[in-house]
Amino acid sequence: MSTQGAMVEVRSVRKSFGSLEVLKGVDLAVRTGEVAVVLGPSGSGKSTLLRTINHLEKVDSGSVSVDGALVGYKQSGNKLYELREREILKQRTEIGFVFQNFNLFPHLTVLDNITEAPVSALGRPKKGAVESARALLARVGLADKADAYPRQLSGGQQQRVAIARALALEPKLLLFDEPTSALDPELVGEVLDVIKDLAHQGTTMIVVTHEIGFAREVADTVVFMDGGRIVEQGPPGEVLDHPRHERTKSFLSKVL
Amino acid sequence: MSLTSDPPVEQAAPQQAAPQRAGPPPADAPPALKVVPVRHPWRWAAIVVTAVLIAQFIHGLVTNPAWEWEVFAQFFTAETVLRAVWTTLQLTVYGTALGFALGIVLAFMRLSASPFLRWVAFGYIWAFRSIPLIVQLLFWFNLAYLYKRLDFGIPFGPGFFHFDTMGLVGAMGAAVLGLALHQAAYAAEIVRGGVLAVDGGQLEAAAALGIPRLRQLRRIVLPQAMRSILPNATNEVISLFKGTSIVSVMAIGELFYQVQVIYGRNGRVVPLLMVATAWYILLTTVLSVLQYYVERHFSKGATR
Repeated sequence: MSTQGAMVEVRSVRKSFGSLEVLKGVDLAVRTGEVAVVLGPSGSGKSTLLRTINHLEKVDSGSVSVDGALVGYKQSGNKLYELREREILKQRTEIGFVFQNFNLFPHLTVLDNITEAPVSALGRPKKGAVESARALLARVGLADKADAYPRQLSGGQQQRVAIARALALEPKLLLFDEPTSALDPELVGEVLDVIKDLAHQGTTMIVVTHEIGFAREVADTVVFMDGGRIVEQGPPGEVLDHPRHERTKSFLSKVL
Repeated sequence: MSLTSDPPVEQAAPQQAAPQRAGPPPADAPPALKVVPVRHPWRWAAIVVTAVLIAQFIHGLVTNPAWEWEVFAQFFTAETVLRAVWTTLQLTVYGTALGFALGIVLAFMRLSASPFLRWVAFGYIWAFRSIPLIVQLLFWFNLAYLYKRLDFGIPFGPGFFHFDTMGLVGAMGAAVLGLALHQAAYAAEIVRGGVLAVDGGQLEAAAALGIPRLRQLRRIVLPQAMRSILPNATNEVISLFKGTSIVSVMAIGELFYQVQVIYGRNGRVVPLLMVATAWYILLTTVLSVLQYYVERHFSKGATR
């Protein structure tokens, strides 16, 4: 039923907010170890698509599966039964999510931000969680910030902590929702470097972004969305350099 | 802790300062301009007027014999008064603890996804905010008149065991019950306001990390909500503390009732009202100091 080796499979997903249809039947497959970069103008549905993949947004129709398991639903016969919140939370521990506005917990130190989910959601012992958190902080270049509070850090540092926090659950899949859009231009590079490192280590991820250069360098697949549909997708060399659709051409001509 | 991660810049700063030689200013430099801050003459006038008014008031307190300070001194630490203070404190502590415990539950019911829970909480808050506290207290006090016996068993069917209402809900119990139920309605709205003030992204991040629901509320939402809950909650506690004087209608020996009893006997109304006033001021001050430290505890990681 599922494509061989597909980590993420999105099938004819539709989603409306009130009378506004944001996703008008989206199909997307991302293989294990692949980096998919989603581009598109504001309001094209890229963020909503990303949020349906870890069920932060329910779909109206269609389905999403990660690593062969439906997200948010259970299939029985030809019906989809919505899962209980507890089961959805469990599924989310396998899917890391990095927000545009970081959403670090401001009242907890950097270390507590990272250890909170492994301890409370996975039941890991605190001591081990602290050790792995320190290792993750070293990996994102913030080993000396373990005891700082989020507001004492720059935006770029906060986003790197948020990435470490997502990695602490050892997810199968990482989702990035415009991870550099809230950053000062000179801080974008440090965050993209961390994401590039993860990509080179074979992490499966989907990145919604406006950074075309990043897409060209890191993406295995570039997905271009507009008006709630995927207009075209393919390797960066094709989509970015030889786009087939007028809409893709006009978008790229404005942002390049 | 520095705001940025650039220690080399901080170290370099003193070295940069050294080469700037402090030579004499060039001859054609413009004269240094002295900065004169804005003057506030009316502020001084207001201070003088206020000081005179306060001095007059204190002078009156000391010299006017009608205050009867020797009577005040005699009763301020009298045993009956101290016992009454203790009763007032008990009413406040129980009322606050039960009221806020129920209030937190009601607040999350009103915020829940279940329409049933939302309506139950809304109905409760509507009812208890609508009934004056004094009326409610009198109802609880007279519960035994309405229902002489409380039966537990099959609804509308036979009861298995029962209590005499009079024995179950004494005057003190009725007072605590009334204060707590009343307080819960207000506490619920204060807690709900605090929770709504927490950025929605916080719950979303907690949900995305798969943190269990109760843990999300206890560890992520409530500590942040506490910052906006605390000033309002302290207001409520202080207002409840002084509001306990209302249970004097139930002949409970709290501070205000006791003072009334004493001046009813000896006719020294003013000094005994001052005894009650002084105790209320003293304990409210303690609460305000406590508020400062509790608020400081919950402001970790905040910039203001």
